[in-house]
Amino acid sequence: MDLNILSLLVWLPIIGMLGIAFIPRDKVDIIKIIAAVATGLQLFLAILLWMQFDKTSGGIQFMERYYWIPSFNIFYTLGVDGLSLPMVLLTPLLSFLAVFVSWNTKRAVKGFFALFLLLDTGMMGVFLSLDFFLFYVFWEVMLLPMYFLIGMWGGPQRVYAAIKFFLFTLFGSVLMLIAILALYFTCGQTFDIITLMQTAPEALNGVLWWGMSAIKVIWILLFVGFAIKVPVFPFHTWLPLAHVEAPTAISVILAGVLLKMGLYGMLRVNYGMLPEAVWWFAGALAVLGVINVIWGGLAALAQKDLKKMVAYSSINHLGYALMGMAAVVAAGAASGNNYAAAEAGLSGAMFQMFNHGTISAMLFIIAGVVYDRAHHREIAGFGGLAKQMPIYAGVAAVAFFAGLGLPTLSGFISEFMCFVGAFPVFRTIVIIGTLGILINAAYFLRAYQKIFFGKLNEKYSDMPEINGRELFTLIPLAIITFVLGVYPAPFLNVIRDTVSGIIEHVVAHGGGVGIF
Amino acid sequence: MNIFLQYTLLIYFLPLIAFGIQIFVGKRLPRQGDWVSIGAVLATLVLSIALFAGMLLDYNPTFKQNFSFTWLETANFKISMGFLVDNITIIMLLVVAIISSASHIYSLKYMEGDSRYSQYYAYLSLFTFSMNGIVLANSMMLLYMSWELVGLSSYLLIGFWFEKDSASNAGKKAFLTNRVGDIGFFIGIMSLFTAIGSFSYSDIFAGVAAGKITGTLLTLAGIGLFMGAVGKSAQFPLHIWLPDAMEGPTPVSALIHAATMVAAGVFMMVRVFPILSPDVLIIVAYIGGFTAFFAATIAITRTDIKQVLAYSTLSQLGYMIMAIGTGAYTVAFFHLAIHAMFKANLFYGAGSVIHGMHHALHKLGDHKTDAQDMRNMGGLKSKMPVTYWAMVISSLAISGVPLFSGFLSKDAILAGTLALVNRTGSHHLLLFFGFGAALITAFYMFRMIFLTFHNKPNKPKIFEHMKESPTAMLIPLVVLSTLSIFIFYTLPNVNPLSGQGWFTHLVAQHESLVPGNLNPSVYAIEESIHHSHFPAMITSLIVAGLGLLLAWLMYFKKLISAEVWTKRLRPLYTLSFNRYYIDELYDKIIYQPFLKIADWVAYLDWDVYDKYFINGFGRVTEWFAKVVGIADYDGLDQGIVDGFGRSTQRLGNSLKKIQTGKIQNYVLYAAFAIVILLILQML
Amino acid sequence: MNILQVYLTLAAVLFSLGIFAVITRRNAIAVLMGIELILNAANLNFIAFARFGGMNFSGHIFALFVIVLAAAEAAVALAIIINLYQNFQSINVDEAQQLKQ
Repeated sequence: MDLNILSLLVWLPIIGMLGIAFIPRDKVDIIKIIAAVATGLQLFLAILLWMQFDKTSGGIQFMERYYWIPSFNIFYTLGVDGLSLPMVLLTPLLSFLAVFVSWNTKRAVKGFFALFLLLDTGMMGVFLSLDFFLFYVFWEVMLLPMYFLIGMWGGPQRVYAAIKFFLFTLFGSVLMLIAILALYFTCGQTFDIITLMQTAPEALNGVLWWGMSAIKVIWILLFVGFAIKVPVFPFHTWLPLAHVEAPTAISVILAGVLLKMGLYGMLRVNYGMLPEAVWWFAGALAVLGVINVIWGGLAALAQKDLKKMVAYSSINHLGYALMGMAAVVAAGAASGNNYAAAEAGLSGAMFQMFNHGTISAMLFIIAGVVYDRAHHREIAGFGGLAKQMPIYAGVAAVAFFAGLGLPTLSGFISEFMCFVGAFPVFRTIVIIGTLGILINAAYFLRAYQKIFFGKLNEKYSDMPEINGRELFTLIPLAIITFVLGVYPAPFLNVIRDTVSGIIEHVVAHGGGVGIF
Repeated sequence: MNIFLQYTLLIYFLPLIAFGIQIFVGKRLPRQGDWVSIGAVLATLVLSIALFAGMLLDYNPTFKQNFSFTWLETANFKISMGFLVDNITIIMLLVVAIISSASHIYSLKYMEGDSRYSQYYAYLSLFTFSMNGIVLANSMMLLYMSWELVGLSSYLLIGFWFEKDSASNAGKKAFLTNRVGDIGFFIGIMSLFTAIGSFSYSDIFAGVAAGKITGTLLTLAGIGLFMGAVGKSAQFPLHIWLPDAMEGPTPVSALIHAATMVAAGVFMMVRVFPILSPDVLIIVAYIGGFTAFFAATIAITRTDIKQVLAYSTLSQLGYMIMAIGTGAYTVAFFHLAIHAMFKANLFYGAGSVIHGMHHALHKLGDHKTDAQDMRNMGGLKSKMPVTYWAMVISSLAISGVPLFSGFLSKDAILAGTLALVNRTGSHHLLLFFGFGAALITAFYMFRMIFLTFHNKPNKPKIFEHMKESPTAMLIPLVVLSTLSIFIFYTLPNVNPLSGQGWFTHLVAQHESLVPGNLNPSVYAIEESIHHSHFPAMITSLIVAGLGLLLAWLMYFKKLISAEVWTKRLRPLYTLSFNRYYIDELYDKIIYQPFLKIADWVAYLDWDVYDKYFINGFGRVTEWFAKVVGIADYDGLDQGIVDGFGRSTQRLGNSLKKIQTGKIQNYVLYAAFAIVILLILQML
Repeated sequence: MNILQVYLTLAAVLFSLGIFAVITRRNAIAVLMGIELILNAANLNFIAFARFGGMNFSGHIFALFVIVLAAAEAAVALAIIINLYQNFQSINVDEAQQLKQ
């Protein structure tokens, strides 16, 4: 590829950031426009990439590979496949919309957008890099702006929230770093993810560390590292706080993109390099998924703060994805080589990752809209807004019903596929998990009723209807949710061969026979 | 393109298009766009009639058309969607189209002047669309999706007047109660898919016939599917949402919560009947029978006219479910279609009365009196003759009086139950439920008629201002009353006592596909029903007559005092009046504990786990850091590192004293040194 | 006792007297005189070794050098002492302690 489209995708925001750096701090409009243009161009490139992507190939495409630090065998490797492509589209989409969500930021606009673009580069880099070292660098690059964005532009408890977020994720990345180094030194001194996928399973086979299988040790290190990001119970408590304190746009990015990195990392790294351990850990993964579903759902039901409820709903929704990921073992001999279930589960999980990105982004924007007007988010503090703001109520209904998994909205299909995939292997667990769809409905309907139904709260009888800018940020997401909910094939076709590839890879190493 | 596909596609998508137009631009259209929705639904009515006429001309019991396309696909996993058009579909499409058109037209006047008029029509269109999805689906997938969508439209329409808390609560309750059933439904679907690998009916039937899923698993799958029906068709124990759903506008109650949506559960059971195992069927029969009887006993003590009808709907749905359980599932479907007509009619009648009451109360400036309470009515026969006769005809139909449609299907259901008892020699309780409910039904329906339309007006002031409803509301009443006459269901047979006709010919009973099924064959069931037909008919006529007579004596002639009997049967009355305290019970043992658990989880998560455990890490680290800090500064830095410095300094201080700066001293030292060296030399 | 030992003993006495003067005298002039004594003790040794120890004329030449050097040294030292006196109005060496700490 002559154009080096992937590099362009990664570095475009940085160019925007440098541009912003040279603009005087009081020219806020120009700063915002630069941010919008940078992310907009990036979105355009991502769409271009999506269209040029070869859907019939499960391998890495648009690969770029240059020497970076030859003495340590470190390369600058970028590439995209069906696993990362949806995320590569989602990231600039949400970034672009988030620029408009934060259009009215008052304080230190220059710093905000500069950091925001840096964050964008970090996220993009994580999804595109295929060299472990590069991956780790981007992973950390993304962490820092997030810390400042929460800590400086957040709510009243922002500093506490930012530090908590930072420490949690840093803890995770330390574990990840250890695992990366362990892989580096045991598997032929390379950071190349593609190579490691081939060499690591053999190199680690039978290796014991302190009496434990090296595969299990590395798996646990990586899993905890990624689980914090997802977040998987019990590593989830940073999330509600960070969401509540973060400004709306950052919540959108946090829920829409950052949480996906955990799942992406698990699929890319854990499933890629330690496929044997998948057989060992799938049961635990399913159980954790169900705990996420039930625990997150119940906690969401009890929340009084709208944003906190949405935050817990993220925990709940990503639980379904974990269940779907666990379903990969259905392809094993022990489950009768049920490839259909494995594919349903894994595609469902990946689809859920994308859908959660759009749906939770909508939910956070909706919470932000009402917060901007009322300056509080107390669910019980509203009432009857459907009469005052019918359009807003309509858009919110789309988001809420998408959240509770209504058919014709995309969340339903992915949840459905996760369940269907996991059911043959983890029957009891899944049956417990189906309670989640009731709890889901319960908390969304409860919140919807309290905010929009009933008598109009007199305090808000002059609350202005949702404005054009806010609608502009919501409508594209609503359309995507609806279109994919009615016709998910375009999405599933893109990831199909990658899904098959991952399943083949996992089956080829272990094949359902317990090797531990 | 196949003509059936064309028609069904139009029938399916027209209401959806209407919904789209209404929700986005409805407000700006002339007349708020009601004509869009009405046009769409009337078009589906015409198309349905065309299909229906085609079916009658064809007169082929095994007619079946299947269309499907791949909706979603990975390498091995595939979901297809599509339509299944057979006689059941066509009949059900027509039923939905008729009731839906009636509701649309009726609402023209009933909802006139409502602030969200166009939204209302949008929701009605959405409902028609989703309901047709259930009817047309050829796979569990489309069925389940449409199933949820009717749940959504029901939610929106029940809570249409969301300013009232009771309405929005009822909508939420309906949705959530349905979701409880849907969990079972979903598990059932997943079990079938896991075993068979497809969602489409034909594959599932073939898979069950081939023994891919048997025994307990099949039974559990069947129970799962039935749970879905229990939720949607409001069977005990998930019946609680339906009476509350009466908070919605009355045409909605007629369309959704009496005639069509609540029948979706029955329809689904009819569809999947061939794969239900005998154990499931027994459970189905008992749940249905119990609901039929149980709901009827509650209906006796209702004073709200819509509540009477709501409980009567529960009871009638119970009949249908019971019929499925006894194996006579075509009869269940028969009753579904017939019930849809007369029950919608009853609701329209009730709506007409309520509409009149509202107007009268509005004129009087009275906002306190309950417009739906029968105790505020009485003697309305003279003021609202059309409404009166429509309701009487429907009540006769529901009570199972010959010449009216309800007789045919109800009789067949009771015959089916009797046949089951005769075949097996057990399950006598079902007979008690069936005939008991028949008696009570006749009683409470005519109690309602007498209280509302006969005798002296209870509130003369209101009575004076009552007048007949406008024509738009009367058209559906007349049409549906006509459709409550037996003849439409028995042609070409004109014997009012026998249900044999086009329906029984065209809706052929399907053999059970469950391998090793102990149930008798279709032929044997039909044979035994045939034998039970006559005794069942006599008994049902007697009990219906008894019920009617009792109501006549009690509420028309007042020869038996209702008050005295209320007192005599005080405990029973209290139970019935309070709906057996089921709502309160659920509130206590399910709803409140559930919320409490949620609160507890949130507390545990945030105030305990996070605060003490996670932040505990922070605190321990902090403490450790403090210790390290002390050790580092006071111990290492101050003690050792600076210690070196200090001792060096001390040494320097003591050494500097010999450096006086006086040359003489130095020379002296040198001289001493030389002397010492000399002494050492000499030694 | 041979003749060389007598000379050397005399030179040692002279040297010791010189050292004694340098160490004990506070007066800078006296210290200078002590130094002259030490130098002359050395001269005496040179001459004695030249006469009896086989150094030939080298001893004489060194002695001459030392005398010249001593004259130069005396001149410089006296200049320093004059400067010292001008700064401190004293030629007491103990008072010239500005460099000390």
